[in-house]
Amino acid sequence: MSDNAVAENAAESAANPTHEDEVLAELTAPVPEVGDGGPEMVQLLTPEGQRVDNTEYDEYVKDLTDEDLRGFYRDLVLIRRVDAEATALQRQGELGIWASLLGQEAAQVGSGRAMRPQDYAFPTYREHGVAWCRGVDPLNLLGLFRGVNHGGWDPNEKNFHLYTIVIGAQTLHATGYAMGIQRDGDVGTGEEDRDAAVIAYFGDGATAQGDVNESFVYAAVNNAPVVFFCQNNQWAISEPNERQTRIPLYQRARGFGFPGVRVDGNDVLAVYAVTQQALNAARSGQGPTFIEAYTYRMGAHTTSDDPTKYRVSAEVEVWKHRDPIERLKSYLVHEKKADQDFFDAVDAEADELAAHVREGCLSMPDPTGDSMFDHIYVEEHPVVEAERKEFAAYHAGFAEEGGH
Amino acid sequence: MATLTIAKGINNGLRAAMERDPKVVLMGEDIGKLGGVFRVTEGLQKDFGEDRVIDTPLAEAGIVGTAIGLALRGYRPVVEIQFDGFIYPAFDHIISQVAKMRARSLGKVKLPMVIRIPVGGGIGAVEHHSESNEAYFAHTAGLKVVCCSNPEDAYWMIQQAIESDDPVLFYEPKRRYWDKGEVDTDAAPRDLLRANVVREGTDLTLVAYGPMVKTCLQAAEAAESEGKSLEVIDLRSMSPLDLDTLKASAEKTGRVVVVHEAPTFLGMGAELAALLQQECFYHLEAPVMRVGGYNLPYPPSKLEEEFLPDLDRVLDTVDRSLAY
Repeated sequence: MSDNAVAENAAESAANPTHEDEVLAELTAPVPEVGDGGPEMVQLLTPEGQRVDNTEYDEYVKDLTDEDLRGFYRDLVLIRRVDAEATALQRQGELGIWASLLGQEAAQVGSGRAMRPQDYAFPTYREHGVAWCRGVDPLNLLGLFRGVNHGGWDPNEKNFHLYTIVIGAQTLHATGYAMGIQRDGDVGTGEEDRDAAVIAYFGDGATAQGDVNESFVYAAVNNAPVVFFCQNNQWAISEPNERQTRIPLYQRARGFGFPGVRVDGNDVLAVYAVTQQALNAARSGQGPTFIEAYTYRMGAHTTSDDPTKYRVSAEVEVWKHRDPIERLKSYLVHEKKADQDFFDAVDAEADELAAHVREGCLSMPDPTGDSMFDHIYVEEHPVVEAERKEFAAYHAGFAEEGGH
Repeated sequence: MATLTIAKGINNGLRAAMERDPKVVLMGEDIGKLGGVFRVTEGLQKDFGEDRVIDTPLAEAGIVGTAIGLALRGYRPVVEIQFDGFIYPAFDHIISQVAKMRARSLGKVKLPMVIRIPVGGGIGAVEHHSESNEAYFAHTAGLKVVCCSNPEDAYWMIQQAIESDDPVLFYEPKRRYWDKGEVDTDAAPRDLLRANVVREGTDLTLVAYGPMVKTCLQAAEAAESEGKSLEVIDLRSMSPLDLDTLKASAEKTGRVVVVHEAPTFLGMGAELAALLQQECFYHLEAPVMRVGGYNLPYPPSKLEEEFLPDLDRVLDTVDRSLAY
C-alpha cells in the first residue's frame, strides 16, 4: 500500500466518524495500491496458474515429476487444513493461542521441500508448513499453543529446531549451527548426502532486529552455509512494511556482502527453485543467501489479533486472487497433471489429518505439577531438587488431611 | 606445582580443555592474535588455529547467539565477553535462550557453553569496564554462575565449567588477573560448585568471591592482630550456592558478613542473608550483614576507592557485627 493510500484512508475515517459511514466508506473505497513484488520478483507460476519461463530458475524445477507437483499440492492443502483445525481448536478454548500460516503455505512448502534430510531448519513460531515437510507430526506443534509445554520435540530427530518466540533470535542460532557444519567439514565435499546447510526463517518485522542484522554479519564474514528465508507477509502484527524498511528487503543483503533475491512467496514452484539454488550454494561453500518470499498473511497475526483495526478488506481481496493453492491447482488442471479423483482424495486425507489433530489435541495429557522441576539442568541441581521435595511435601500435606 | 597468575591459570586451563576435547572452541573479540585485551587466550589461536579460536565481529548478541548454534551442533563454545559492562547486548540470548533451551526441549538438547566475563572494578577504567553483574544471572534458573579468586581455582574451575553439560557463566576477577599463586595440576580439584573455607576462624564468618576474597583475607589478618578470629569463605559458586558449607560456618561462628563489589540491594548478600537467617536462626548472634558497592551506577574511577568495599569497610562492619 502506498503512503498516499494510507493517507486517503486515514482522511476518510476522520471525515466519516459514524459506524454507518465507516461501513459505507469501506465498501466504496478504491482498491488500495497493493504491492505485487515488482519486476525483479522471481515467478514461475502466475496467479492464474500459467507457467512462465525463467532462464535462471527453470533448471531447478525441470526434474520435478507430475507426482512431485501433486505432492506439493497435497502438502499445501494438508497444512492449510491443519492450520484451520488449530484455529478452530483455539476458538473452542482448546488452544490458548494459535499463529496461523494462512496464505504462506507455498513459501513454507516450497522452501521446506527444497531441503535435504541433513539440512537444518530454525523456525519462528509460524513454520507449521516447514515442520510438515520435515516430517514433524503437527500434534507436536500444538503443545506449546495449548500450554502443556514450550515445544518439547527433539529438534535433532527431523533437523527442525524448536519454535523460537523472541523475534529474530533464531537467525543467530542458525548461523552458529552453520559454523558448526563448516567445522565438521560438511561443506563443499561434493557428497550429496553429506554437504549440509541451514535455513533460518523469520518475517519482515524481524528484519529490524539487531539479532537478524548481526546474523547477516556473522554469516557473511564466516561464509557460513546458511540461507536466510524471510517471509515478507506485509504485516508485523499491525505495522506494514513501510514501518520496517525504506528499501525492498532483499536488497539489504547486498550491503552485507551476499546475494539477495525476491521470490513470489505464493508460487510454490518459484520458492522451491530459488531455495534450491540458495541451498546448493550454501552446501557447496559459496556462503549465505537472503531470500525474500513476497507473500501475505491472510489471517490475523495470531488468534488474539484483530486485523480489521489496521488494514482494509480490499487489500485482503487482492491477495485472495494470488492464493498459493488455487494457482497450483489451476496449473495441474490445465496441464492435465491431476484429475478430480486426486483432488477429492487430498480433501479426504485433509479431513482425516484434521481429525487426527483434533483428537490428539483433546487427548493431550496435562503435565503433572512436579514435571516443572524436570530438565532445567542436565546435572543435578540442589535448589531444583530441594524445591521439588518442598512441592511434593506441600501437596502431600493436603492428601493426608483428605481435603483435596 | 607451578607458580602462575590467575590469567595464566585460565590460559593453561583452556589449553588443557582444548587438547582434551576437539569440540571445545573459543570465541570473542580480539582473542586471536592479540590474545584478548587481558591476554587470557594468548598463544591459543597460534596453536589451535582460527577455526577453534575465533575472532568474532564486535557484537555480543552475535557472539552468544552463534555460540548457542555451535553448542546445538555438538560443540562446546567458550566465549569471552571483553568487559562485564558489555554483556548486556547478549543478555536476551543468555536469559531467554541459553538458560531456557533445555527446559523448552524437555531435556532433548543441552547447551554446554561457558561465558567468560572479566568482572569488577579497581583498575581505574572508564565507564562500563568495572561492573559486577553476577546477580542478574544468578537470579535466572537454568544457568550456573561461578567466580574464581586464585590461580589454582582459575586453572581447574575453567576446565570444570567447560566439562559441565550445563551453561556456566564464568567470572574472572580482573584486578587480580596478575596475582600469583601456586597451582597443583596433579591433585584432584575441588568440586566446581563447592565453597572453600580459605581461612578458619571462630568469631565471625566473612563470605566473599572473586576479587573480594583477597580483601577479606587481608581483613582477617588485620583482625587477628586485634585478637579477633575471622573465618573466610570463598563462595566460588554463586548459583547454585553451597549452603552446607555456609551453614556449618555460620553455626560455628554465629556471625556472618557478606562482602562483594556489587551493589547490596538484591545482590548475592541479600540472598545469603535471607537463607542463613532462615536456616541458622537460633545459631546467629547478630544479623547477617553486608558490605558492598553503594546502590549507585558505578562512579568515575577517581571515586572507585570510595565506592568499593576495602579492608577498613570490611573491618568496620565486622566490629558492628561483633558489637551485637
